[in-house]
Amino acid sequence: MPNVPLSRIAQARSGDKGEGSNAGILARSQEAYDFLKESLTEDVARKHLLSINPGKVTRYAADNMWVLNFLLSDSLGGGGSASLKTDAQGKTHGLALLRMNMDVPESVLDATPAPREDGPS
Amino acid sequence: MPSRPPVRIANGQGFWGDSILGPIRLLREGPLDYLTLDYLAEVTMSIMQKLKTRDPSKGYATDFVRLIDRVLPELVEKNVRVVANAGGVNPHACKDALLEVIAKHGLQGIKVAVVEGDDIYGDLEAMMEGGETFTNMDTGQPLSGVLDKVTSANVYLGAFPIAEALDQGAQIVVTGRGTDPGLVIGPMIHEFGWGPDDLDKLAAGTVAGHIVECGAQCTGGNFTDWEQVPDMAMIGYPIIEAQADGTFHVTKHAGTGGMVTRSTVAHQLAYEMGDPSAYLTPDVVADFTSFQITDEGQDRVRIDGVRGSIATPTYKVSMSYQDGWKSVGQLTVSGPNALAKAKRCAEIVWERLAYDGFTYSDEQRMVEFVGANVCHEGITIPEAGEPSEIVLRMGVKGPDRAAIDRFGSELVPLVTSGPPGVTGFAGGRPKATEIIGYWPALVKKDRIQPRVSVFTSPSA
Repeated sequence: MPNVPLSRIAQARSGDKGEGSNAGILARSQEAYDFLKESLTEDVARKHLLSINPGKVTRYAADNMWVLNFLLSDSLGGGGSASLKTDAQGKTHGLALLRMNMDVPESVLDATPAPREDGPS
Repeated sequence: MPSRPPVRIANGQGFWGDSILGPIRLLREGPLDYLTLDYLAEVTMSIMQKLKTRDPSKGYATDFVRLIDRVLPELVEKNVRVVANAGGVNPHACKDALLEVIAKHGLQGIKVAVVEGDDIYGDLEAMMEGGETFTNMDTGQPLSGVLDKVTSANVYLGAFPIAEALDQGAQIVVTGRGTDPGLVIGPMIHEFGWGPDDLDKLAAGTVAGHIVECGAQCTGGNFTDWEQVPDMAMIGYPIIEAQADGTFHVTKHAGTGGMVTRSTVAHQLAYEMGDPSAYLTPDVVADFTSFQITDEGQDRVRIDGVRGSIATPTYKVSMSYQDGWKSVGQLTVSGPNALAKAKRCAEIVWERLAYDGFTYSDEQRMVEFVGANVCHEGITIPEAGEPSEIVLRMGVKGPDRAAIDRFGSELVPLVTSGPPGVTGFAGGRPKATEIIGYWPALVKKDRIQPRVSVFTSPSA
């Protein structure tokens, strides 16, 4: 199976949520969503983000939008105004998750157009 | 098919500090019925409360008054109605400033409404004597432990008071704290005559409000595939085209930059999201997993089938409290050997402070080498090669203001008493600033009385 960054088959948006943050992962196709719902578990995400979030990870799914929403309970170094970190609002946590490498079946890659990097179509 | 044209509700401001071009271009570049503006974050209320304590005529979003001054003639000419939470903790002062601006423009008979009743800062003790505990929703702690440090307390009101203000003919509605989506739902309730039992429709309004509440974040801003976004400089702000049955489209004015697709809209739906099946507001519990989201032509996304269920018996209260002090400063360290020099600089600062009797625990102090993998440290391996320069960013926090201020005076001396190539010092010594703690709680709805009052220019 090809080993590719998660960004090949998904997009992301993240931000602060109380003392922690949420990272929404948006699959680029139905096939990618079905694959990720199976394989991008709470535990996989938690391990990848451990240096950002020593806390708990909770996952919610929204099938209608191909979204897996990860809540990171302790990712802001104290949260909001108390945080001394550059990314005190978790704005970059979605991209951090997208930088994970995963083994993705060819069939999923075939069904999922790669993101264009050559400007607006 | 709808029997009347859809109602066009745009949001031109995602937070206090968002670009003034958002609302100006929304008004200028195409048709609109309503313009909503969101100025409030949790921390904002505390800052505003402090400003009001110092000066009773302050404590609201002054940006809003400047905006209205700039766009008022166009607003009146096009009959666009404005709903803004610019009132902060002093909505009447905001209204007075607006009436002054309206009078300056020589416009008569313009109605400005104030929605209030959200600010319970002065009532906390009485409410606690009446049995409210304001238990922290995150930690389970009772408020009594920090009551003397509380700096603001506001209830998130729902959308019905906003609709009432519009029913009474207001062209500009100024609110204090309410839910962000409420700014968008209020006009829908007013236009379509929805009631508190129209749960699916209120839920649809909630989804619409959530999509537009951060302005350009649903029209291509902060979008993963940023290379694909056309003309980001001239990005268009979002418009909801709402129908009486709750179906709506997300779009933007023709000819503006950015893009509206199923994907840009879904990005924003995933923002600040908890459990998507239960998005709580005081008006309805919206199910964000219930609807269909469909591309329908260029820069046009349709959402239908939103389901809602009955709201909880409580309002959410957002409180802030004084939670200690912090100080953060930075210097730039050039190469050669930028990273090694920056690391040495940080050690020097801690050593000098320790010599003078000031030490900070690991939780109380922070060092970042910006440019050497700060945001994703431990997740990605930094790209090979020595960085040309590093921004050394250091900070401390704690309960003792003097210890926090002492830190700030040991950063700048590195320029002359550290390794060579330390620069980028500007803006004076970093000073201790207050940490504003956030205290989310619940309060029974019957303890809160939202109020609506309408004023007509020129004021007496």
